[in-house]
Amino acid sequence: MKTNDLIIQTTTKVVFFIIFLFSIHIFFAGHYTPGGGFVGGLVMSSAIVLLMLAFDLKTVQDMLPVNYTVITAIGLIISLLTAAGSIFFNVPFFTHVYDYFNLPLLGETSIHTAMFFDTGVYLVVVGVTMNIIQMIGGDE
Amino acid sequence: MINLLLFPVLIPFLFAAVLLLFPKKVKAQRVVTMIGLVFALASSFALLYKVKVNGVQALTLGSWAPPFGITMVSDMFSAMLVTSSLLIALFVVWYSFSSIGEEREKAFYYPAILFMLTGVNGAFTTGDIFNMFVFFEVLLMSSYVLIVLGGEKIQLKESIKYIIVNIVSSSLFVITVGYLYSVVGTLNMADISVKLAEIGPSGIVTVIAVLFLIVFGIKGGIFPLFFWLPGSYGAPPIPVLALFGALLTKVGVYAIMRTYTLFFTTDVGYTHNLLMILSILTIVVGCIGALAYFDVKQIIIYNIVIAVGVILFGASVMNESGMMGSVFYLIHDILIKGALFLLIGIIIKITGTSDLRKMGGLMKRYPLLAWVYLIVAFGLAGIPPLSGFIGKLLIVQGGFEGELLWQSIFILASSLLVLFSAIRIFIYAFWGEEKGEHLISERKYRHLLVPAITLASLTVLYGVGAEYLVPFMADATNVLLDPSIYVDAVFEGVK
Repeated sequence: MKTNDLIIQTTTKVVFFIIFLFSIHIFFAGHYTPGGGFVGGLVMSSAIVLLMLAFDLKTVQDMLPVNYTVITAIGLIISLLTAAGSIFFNVPFFTHVYDYFNLPLLGETSIHTAMFFDTGVYLVVVGVTMNIIQMIGGDE
Repeated sequence: MINLLLFPVLIPFLFAAVLLLFPKKVKAQRVVTMIGLVFALASSFALLYKVKVNGVQALTLGSWAPPFGITMVSDMFSAMLVTSSLLIALFVVWYSFSSIGEEREKAFYYPAILFMLTGVNGAFTTGDIFNMFVFFEVLLMSSYVLIVLGGEKIQLKESIKYIIVNIVSSSLFVITVGYLYSVVGTLNMADISVKLAEIGPSGIVTVIAVLFLIVFGIKGGIFPLFFWLPGSYGAPPIPVLALFGALLTKVGVYAIMRTYTLFFTTDVGYTHNLLMILSILTIVVGCIGALAYFDVKQIIIYNIVIAVGVILFGASVMNESGMMGSVFYLIHDILIKGALFLLIGIIIKITGTSDLRKMGGLMKRYPLLAWVYLIVAFGLAGIPPLSGFIGKLLIVQGGFEGELLWQSIFILASSLLVLFSAIRIFIYAFWGEEKGEHLISERKYRHLLVPAITLASLTVLYGVGAEYLVPFMADATNVLLDPSIYVDAVFEGVK
């Protein structure tokens, strides 16, 4: 018997973007309010899991053709290099810096290198979670 | 370069992350791993030189003041351990090229080894007790991968045991750190040392000391917490076993030596006596195990347990000779266990079995292997010009100075049993009639033998050149016996 998933699929198409934007919001707000790379990454993976529930594994892999192992590796490298940047200035490892920049549209914004470190964490969390779920869910 | 002490931790980490990008390209994996290990080894030698010239190196991450940030400390003891762990990894990886098989190499074998080195070197270098827990987890998780990689039935069975034991001990570690934090209110190891000295002898501190002994004892395999070790180490293939046998238990031993010399020095009568009794019992069960088996792997695995006991006995005496002997013996044991496992790996590859009763007469076809094995076995037992001698001599001397007559004689007697267990392999495998068929090609045999022989000759050099190593060992011993050197290096420029 063929089941009809019309309602869940249509809702998912809308809700996915809301969750996605929320995860980006949590990620950027992490410095001043609760949140950060880890929670942001988990929320992002839960959005992808919702896609997998509504559609199937194959469809989602076609929609988002990314290798999550590579995402994990890139996240690790970004985090490590951000922290290692301090080595070139001969200050202790993990020393972060920040400054204020005038960005188009956003105006004056503070940018802190901890954010780049958190980007790495975000990618690792998404990569690892999706890798686990794909591997358990797939039959290969 | 104030960040130099982090390089042996960071370089394996970076290369492991890079290796995740192309798991299926075996040739590239091998080359990149080798490059990474050579870089890391070079940096660790530079670190060794710097520590020798400038004294203990300390760095608090993120430019925070010492008790508030994570401090990384590299004294001579940890610098030597970092160097020898990278050295062993280099030989094991070299040996793996012709031994581990492409299937495993394609399944993240090399990244797992490099991540494990990150954890091992981090645990040796860290100066923060919670950070040590994190590095323990890094090395344990990579070891879970290595022990189960390949998915044979025995590996699956033993990895369950291994993971459960280690999860229990890790949670106990967190609980113990929690107790310690609620007593002293700090996690920085130098700061803990200062605060505990101010508190003085107190019941709760002794309880925490014993809890730490239980936690690290499970990792290091002391009596009666070694029960998981023989089974779990018997499961993975030989290169992984060599890496585990040479490094993993030694991290537990290092942690015991570090905490028992830096933190818990106020109630020595109880804590160090307990450590001494447990280390003697560890030697007893190790000897029984080493004599009981006809399985080459199990014989050498029980020799790990014996060595852990000997090292901890030297440390528990808390005098200069005993401590220096322990440091000597610890490094010796890392090198010699690596060499032994690589050699018996070749024997197992040739005969296709690890049962001694099914082998024999290898001497005729493989004389070089036989003589190298004999030299390494003598080194293990501590025959004078070889590497095990000076460490055990100093430990026994320390025991006599500490008026532990019977215990020291017992240590000497245990050497005989160690020698007997190692020679039994020699007699069964190399002497007698040729048995069975030889399952290895001439070319592969040579490829396996070269790294094993190189490592074996390093252990011989370690024994013959002990005179040149004494200044390094003395530096390591000084820091262990006088925690104020460690504390001053961490708080330099702050107080």
